[in-house]
Amino acid sequence: MSTTQRVVDTTANWVDERIGAGKWMKKNLRKVFPDHWSFMLGEIALYSFILLLLTGVYLTLFFNPSMKEVVYDGSYAPLQGVKMTQAYESALYISLDVRGGLLIRQLHHWAALLFVASVSVHMARVFFTGAFRKPRELNWVIGVGLMTLAILEGFSGYSLPDDLLSGTGLRITQGIILSLPLVGSYLSSFIFGGEFPGTEFIPRLYSIHILLIPGILLGLLTAHLLLVWYQKHTQFPGVGRTNKNVVGFPLFPVYTAKAGGFFFIVAGVLTMISALFTINPIWLYGPYVPDQVTAGSQPDWYIGWLDGAVRVIPNWETVLFGYYISWNVLIPALIIPGIMFTLLGLYPWIEAKATGDKREHHLLDRPRNAPTRTGLGTMAISFYALLWISGGNDIIATAFGWSINSITWTIRVLLFVLPPVVFLITKRTCLGLQRRDRDILLHGRETGIIKRSPDGEYTEVHAPVDAKTRAQLMAVRDSDYQAIEAGPDVDENGVAAPKKGRLGRALSRFYFSDRVAPATDEEISEGQHHAADQLETVRPQSSITGGGH
Amino acid sequence: MSSSTARRRRPTAAFALVAIALLSTGGVYAVATSVATPAQAETSEASPELLEEGSQLYKTGCSSCHGLDLGGVPAQATNTESESQQNGPSLIGVGAASVDFQVSTGRMPVGASGQQVVAGRSIYNEKEIAALAAYVASFAPGPAIPSQEDLDTTEASLSEGGELYRTNCAQCHNFAGQGGALSDGTYAPSLGGVSARNIWNAMLTGPQNMPVFNDTTVDPDEKRAIIKYIETIQAAPNPGGAPLGRVGPVSEGLLAWTIGLGVLIACSVWLGAKAK
Amino acid sequence: MLGVVGSEGEVSDSTGGELEPRPDNAPDLGPHELRRTDTDPVAAKRAERQVALMFAGSILATVLFIVAFVTIGLTDVINIPIIGPIGAQNLALGMALGLGLFLVGAGAIHWARKLMSDEEIVDERKSFTSDPETRAKVIADFAEGAEESGVMKRPLIRRTLLGAMLVLPLPAIVLLRDLGPLPGTTLRETLWRKGSRIVTDISYRPIRPEDLPVGGLVAGALPADLKIIEEEQGNLNERAKAAIILVRMAPEEIRSQQIENGDYQGILAFSKICTHLGCPIALYQQRTKHLLCPCHQSTFDLADDGNVIFGPSARRLPQLAITVDEDGFLVAADGFREPVGPSFWERG
Repeated sequence: MSTTQRVVDTTANWVDERIGAGKWMKKNLRKVFPDHWSFMLGEIALYSFILLLLTGVYLTLFFNPSMKEVVYDGSYAPLQGVKMTQAYESALYISLDVRGGLLIRQLHHWAALLFVASVSVHMARVFFTGAFRKPRELNWVIGVGLMTLAILEGFSGYSLPDDLLSGTGLRITQGIILSLPLVGSYLSSFIFGGEFPGTEFIPRLYSIHILLIPGILLGLLTAHLLLVWYQKHTQFPGVGRTNKNVVGFPLFPVYTAKAGGFFFIVAGVLTMISALFTINPIWLYGPYVPDQVTAGSQPDWYIGWLDGAVRVIPNWETVLFGYYISWNVLIPALIIPGIMFTLLGLYPWIEAKATGDKREHHLLDRPRNAPTRTGLGTMAISFYALLWISGGNDIIATAFGWSINSITWTIRVLLFVLPPVVFLITKRTCLGLQRRDRDILLHGRETGIIKRSPDGEYTEVHAPVDAKTRAQLMAVRDSDYQAIEAGPDVDENGVAAPKKGRLGRALSRFYFSDRVAPATDEEISEGQHHAADQLETVRPQSSITGGGH
Repeated sequence: MSSSTARRRRPTAAFALVAIALLSTGGVYAVATSVATPAQAETSEASPELLEEGSQLYKTGCSSCHGLDLGGVPAQATNTESESQQNGPSLIGVGAASVDFQVSTGRMPVGASGQQVVAGRSIYNEKEIAALAAYVASFAPGPAIPSQEDLDTTEASLSEGGELYRTNCAQCHNFAGQGGALSDGTYAPSLGGVSARNIWNAMLTGPQNMPVFNDTTVDPDEKRAIIKYIETIQAAPNPGGAPLGRVGPVSEGLLAWTIGLGVLIACSVWLGAKAK
Repeated sequence: MLGVVGSEGEVSDSTGGELEPRPDNAPDLGPHELRRTDTDPVAAKRAERQVALMFAGSILATVLFIVAFVTIGLTDVINIPIIGPIGAQNLALGMALGLGLFLVGAGAIHWARKLMSDEEIVDERKSFTSDPETRAKVIADFAEGAEESGVMKRPLIRRTLLGAMLVLPLPAIVLLRDLGPLPGTTLRETLWRKGSRIVTDISYRPIRPEDLPVGGLVAGALPADLKIIEEEQGNLNERAKAAIILVRMAPEEIRSQQIENGDYQGILAFSKICTHLGCPIALYQQRTKHLLCPCHQSTFDLADDGNVIFGPSARRLPQLAITVDEDGFLVAADGFREPVGPSFWERG
């Protein structure tokens, strides 16, 4: 027995005698995880978060979250003698006077950008593949919560250095708080400890950023991962994959190596990006002073859509007996995001109402097989993207030489025109792709071999599809639902149609009126045999059965 | 088939050819559009010869829009682009500094009419610009071109320049002088590559929609401080890596989504792909 | 009844969590394709060397990090073509650490892909719904516990407990009251009052009207007493409300102004705090007399009451009436006649 073996045995024994780890190990050492690259997106988010924690701890060793004003006397000449807060001064110190400080600070910031980006892409993957369906609705809601917290955490983080750019963002936040009816001025005074900017806000933001939100994030993240572990990961349909199994690779050694290795990949890529690209050069922005501002003031990308909404809204405001209701602030900053996040959180139940499906779903949908869901998703993304673009409208105007006024008006119009168009195009595309998939099942795949019959007719020879493709194409049945037709208001006995379930029926029609009926087993096997026969006539005993479409 | 012919027929040859064409076109264009920085202008009285040269240059290059008497030319009735403005404004009192700025940055003569005159390569050399400036200045007193001493920033305060820059300039030109958008398609241009003299001239004369920061609003010491700050920042290295245009979070977000997510998704695909 | 289409085309109402196996997808995973490294020992050895090389490379990179940390200075610069001069230390530390991390990951993944077994294995999913006996037992246990506590038979206990629990969170909210003072009249007041002398920001110089040319802008102006007050108070609160800009146009160019004779010989003073969300606004476009806010592009016409002509701001920019004092310096003729900055509920 080698030394390694002996050490492992002794350790394992020690642990087992105390907590009975053997039982858990027996069950989970060879736990199966399905393999698809898109399942790594959530891991990018997880690993970015770990990096944020590690780099964040380092930063807390140097950062001073105080708004006490000091005169700068550090190494950066253009700010010598300039008044600034200790928060800004300590951030400058980390960036310019601590070896490796700038690297860690940039890594922290790049990781934050990537954290929210990967959470968004991961959420999109879960949405478009229907992974939020029963039994994973709770995990979806936890995910939406994680996303919201990630955004808030990022915002609080980049506001800490108290530089000109992020300070402008804080002023805008205060303006939004002020606009809240009845309580706005009170909330603003409580949150800022008095007037803006005051001396309390950065320290308060600090404890929210390093303690409160990370604590909640860790808790929710643990729940999120435990649920995935316990419920087992979903998988794409394929050969041998059913709703009752999980096909993939064992935790030990394959996933330990792949997922563990992927942490180092994410860390390495982010570190190299931090080596090569400047992010948030606070020494160039200068300290925050409430009467200075830079052209091209934008928040970090994940707040960009809110800034864009605030730019593009018309200047609606109502004044009733001297009381102000600022629609131009409430709508873009509170009502629109409120609606969007609520719809997002409730979506599993909305769709469940449309399908009436109470089965468990562990096989993922191909997006084309859920056309309405995919269309709604792309529609929401197009709306979001327009707001996002609007947030950078002045940068775009400068880069392309366009008028910011024209850009604003164009986006105002597009916000209403583009999403429905995107929905229609997406849905039609999905249905078209479904029809093509069905054709392949019914007629076989195209081979490119042209056959000429004795009377001169040209036809293309089709071949049967391989088992893997066949399994994937047939998965459409899991996503197939029929719309419930609207019945008469009153049935033949004069009894009115029940009100209960009316919403469900209407939703069902919205979702499934356009349906491509899947091919039946008989049709498929007949079609595949026919294709095989066709192929035989040109390539006897051919081995051309593989390949997809 | 010879080996060179064989090489030319490879698929990569087409790619290489396109790359060479693009690079040479880009290189020629870059060289051709580099603006020549004019040397320091003389501030001594203009000689009669200089004024005569200026007068000739003015007649041929400027009088059609600005009038032979420098009084400007009113807009044509059919010219809808400049309804309430003249075709060319009056130059009485604009001073040598205005002419120096507008002509040396290639803004004047105007190439194509639009919302804003665009900088480019000047079609006049330094002597011609000096002549034009002297000629225009001779009609009425106006802001003068700064002298060498005016532009000597050795004693200027860099940090005060920064504070003045952030109060007076950053809101239009951006924190690093990268420029910014103004209303209706106009813009505050980037300060990259602009000479100290032209920064001074622009502050002093308030070209187009830029306000006039004359010597009593922003005094010469302050102007020198601002120029020193702009030049220092423009030349400063970027401690954190490639600056991404110094326009802030927009380009940073773009990079995170394209290179950041792109590379990581590529790694994910590699990770999940079945090995051969 | 909502429809689900089954595999035979029948429409059924599917309740419960039963999972049905699909007849055409037998658990057979198909033939396992071997990799080069499975069949060819030379290829396997090569893969092993590649993995080892990556791990060794990581060690080297880590060592290089330490070397770079010690040898490269904070202000050292390296010139990269196209990109320009960048910080050498950040580049070196970051690339070394980054490669050190990346190569470990790449090595591990390469190892998994090429050398570890890639035969797929199958695990069964179990339905989550507990079996009927368990459910019955839980329901019975719960009922027994409820019976023992008597909570259903004693509504007085139930209701008072509920009342207590509902009210207990209130102290937490009340405790937050002292986070800050009541807003009072602070949002309506600025340091400006009649006779406040106007000084430039940064240099704190007073301004004579003849200092400002037509088309000119004083992009930052403050009341003269701000400097002392700011030092006393140790914060920027007054500055955040009192900042103004001065613009000068020819008097006949002023089409309308908020305060009759509020200008001085064509010099107008406006609040620098945007009425939308409070950004400082000083992008003065002198030919059009428009003032643009860089944050959300609210645009104000300073020759016409400071009215909003574009963008999300709903209110005009407040004007400060100005005049000169006996020394010939510009002073405020009055305080602001309306609250500056963003709207709030009780603005009035």
